[in-house]
Amino acid sequence: MDGQSDPQASTFSAAELEFVAEDEMIEIVPNMRMDPLDLICGKFGPFMPQIVTQVPIWLAIALKKRGKCTIRPPEWIAVEKLTQVLEAERDSEKFQPLPFHYVEISRLLFDIASDDIPDIYMVRSLIEDIKDVRFHKIGAGLEIISKERTYALRLKNLSAMEANIVRPFVTRALQTFYKLSSPEMIQDSGSVSDRQPQTTDRGPRLAVADAIGYPLEQTEAAYCSSAYVGLILRPTNTVSHHNKFWKAEYISVVYLKS
Amino acid sequence: MESGSGDGSSAFTATNDDLPMEAELLKRAWRNEKAAPQILQFDADLVQRSRELIKLMEETVEDFRSNGDDPLTVSLYQMDVDRTHFLLRSYLRTRLQKIEKYMFHIQKTPELWNRLSRQEKRFAERCTGDMEQHLQQSVLSKLPSIYHSHLRQSSSSEEDDMVPEPQLNTYVICRSKRYLGAFQLDDSGEDPVTIEADDLYALPYKSIKPLVETGQIDLV
Repeated sequence: MDGQSDPQASTFSAAELEFVAEDEMIEIVPNMRMDPLDLICGKFGPFMPQIVTQVPIWLAIALKKRGKCTIRPPEWIAVEKLTQVLEAERDSEKFQPLPFHYVEISRLLFDIASDDIPDIYMVRSLIEDIKDVRFHKIGAGLEIISKERTYALRLKNLSAMEANIVRPFVTRALQTFYKLSSPEMIQDSGSVSDRQPQTTDRGPRLAVADAIGYPLEQTEAAYCSSAYVGLILRPTNTVSHHNKFWKAEYISVVYLKS
Repeated sequence: MESGSGDGSSAFTATNDDLPMEAELLKRAWRNEKAAPQILQFDADLVQRSRELIKLMEETVEDFRSNGDDPLTVSLYQMDVDRTHFLLRSYLRTRLQKIEKYMFHIQKTPELWNRLSRQEKRFAERCTGDMEQHLQQSVLSKLPSIYHSHLRQSSSSEEDDMVPEPQLNTYVICRSKRYLGAFQLDDSGEDPVTIEADDLYALPYKSIKPLVETGQIDLV
């Protein structure tokens, strides 16, 4: 079961995302001669020394590990380009377009092909910074969900790894808001009434005696009729108790002598 | 796909159009199955084709080995087979996990039951049988007779209220390859959501269920 994600938590494990990212194409420069490969995932090659060819990343890694090629880093893995992205990322609230699997791809290349990437230290720290800025933005963005009524969320330019990390929280939060604002929840408190038979079906039609909690004694009733009875009810029509109805939470009966 | 969509990859798809499709389709089925809260339609053709492909490639690898071909080439072919094998197994296993989790619900819902393959139906039948027997033997038979059902809390329940069901109003993260335009989430009168191509959205699964089932939108 190693590498299999727990169906309860995030949908995909980091290893599974890496697996998916390994199918992305990358350019390599082979240093050996090999016939074309006719694989399930496509045809690649032929491989000639010094002739650039495109292969999936997993294939590039396999060749690189055996010292059979050098990897040409994709054009977005370059100090100049990444500096621009980082600046734009800091200046704007929006997410900059980056490859969907930028986290996984950069990580794979740093591990396997660090000698093929110019200015590796600079590149690595830029990617780290970009990741940090973006994650900070995600956190800030999540606050919007709690402020407005949100039914759908557009995650423009979010990468696979980022989406996977925020998934458990975002989906749960949205689901809860959706549930609380759904019409059934407000109108039909039927399912709850089974558990709270005493309060539910009375709803907003609260009689004075009910509100106090016991029938008025005769003497009190008589007294009431000769006085102004002020009844202060604070409706608790918040959604926090699963249903939306008037519940006499705070009641004070004020007798005012005329 | 996203980063390598230069002119090079289009040349590949033009030369062999059905082979790489299999791997892509399998990956898509796997992703959707993993991300969807309920069980999806079993893709019998795809699984059949993938199985044949894996078998064929394994035979090819064996041939290479016995011919004493370049060990590097052989190992690359082997890796490719292993990757496809992993996807297929993970796809089937994800489905089995869902069946185990919601076996009673799937069994009593014809729409879901018909989504299972023949083997999966047999698995589900044995699973429900075993679970029922286990519950009866260990607990239910020792309770008063009104609590004997493994599907209901007591005989006074009006419906099967002890059957775990998947949450369909859960949110999923999805992406469409094409522009789908304005999409009405539900009939609550909220503004429709405009679904652009290649953008990620978090939407309630219940609303986009038809789009997932017809393959217009992919779960990620």
